[in-house]
Amino acid sequence: MTQIDDLSQKQIDILREIGTIGSGNAATSLSKLINKEVVMNVPKVNILKFDKVNEILGDPEAPLIGILFTLNVDLKGCIMITLKLDAARSLVEMLFNKKVSKDHKLTEDELSALKEIGNILAGSYLSAISYLTKFEIIHSVPDIAIDMAGSILSVPAIQFGKIGDSTIYIETEFYEGKKKVVGDFFLIPDIDSFDKLFKTLEVMI
Amino acid sequence: MKKVIKVGMADLQVACSNCVLTTYGLGSCVGVALYDHQKKIIGLAHIMLPSSKKAKNKSNAAKFVDTAVDKLLKEMINIGASRERVTAKLVGGSQMFSSAYLCDISKIGHNNVLSAKKKLEDLDITVVSEDTGGNYGRTLEFNSDDGNLIVKTIEHGIKQI
Repeated sequence: MTQIDDLSQKQIDILREIGTIGSGNAATSLSKLINKEVVMNVPKVNILKFDKVNEILGDPEAPLIGILFTLNVDLKGCIMITLKLDAARSLVEMLFNKKVSKDHKLTEDELSALKEIGNILAGSYLSAISYLTKFEIIHSVPDIAIDMAGSILSVPAIQFGKIGDSTIYIETEFYEGKKKVVGDFFLIPDIDSFDKLFKTLEVMI
Repeated sequence: MKKVIKVGMADLQVACSNCVLTTYGLGSCVGVALYDHQKKIIGLAHIMLPSSKKAKNKSNAAKFVDTAVDKLLKEMINIGASRERVTAKLVGGSQMFSSAYLCDISKIGHNNVLSAKKKLEDLDITVVSEDTGGNYGRTLEFNSDDGNLIVKTIEHGIKQI
């Protein structure tokens, strides 16, 4: 059984590879969508003990956006993409080609657009996993929530809590011109799918 | 000046007079707050999962309702609380995402609360008040001097239970 508290270097490399291919796909899709060049940094794989979640990810009471999808067919579980509000505002600026203020409250239209961006990012990461594993994976429509960071992060943490004491996420940075968007990507497979994923990938890479 | 002690995710703490136990951004996790009014001893656990029964790794007692409540009560008794006087308040257990199809994830908050109630009933500890369910995060401040529990939210105001 895969131990999330004690992933091997090889397993971390596998996750980084998923992140790299996924972010590459995502950058290409975003570039097409906004018709401007979008570049990304090499993603970082982070493994955080639960007691550090609130310290590392910033103010636990500050609002965080979570976009959640469930997965089905060969890989079951869910994925969640989180964005801080400033990242969401930068995305809105890119998408709608307008300036928004620092205290701008996101409108329904803007939230719908963010869901769609979430959809593109999710699809990008999942196609990276499919490409590496040949798994068929379908994802649900996006579900969005904005609330205290701690409460949003409790969702992946609880699922990871079933198999260990840490949460794993891939941190990605996108740039369009001088605008930077940081998004965290949580891959949260069911216990059985988690083992299946790593076993398949370890053989292949 | 009151001493403020933080309780993290999958963590529990106890304290005596002139202290505040606080936990931030409680989502689908459940917060169990125990109080001995006479000795002014409080305990707060930020618990992630309903039961340790199926878990392979049980090293962190604060992660599961059954083991966390036992440990919390024991630590309070160790610093002078009386088991007969202890009462409970329950907070949290939200469903952060609304989709019905997210079956397992959408039920976890509710299951955490149900499991906490069952455990407290088994221990014959009365739940004097609760603020559970909903679809939003909560921050708690639990005061040892009067046992008041302040619940703060982003969009749903502040209340005292």
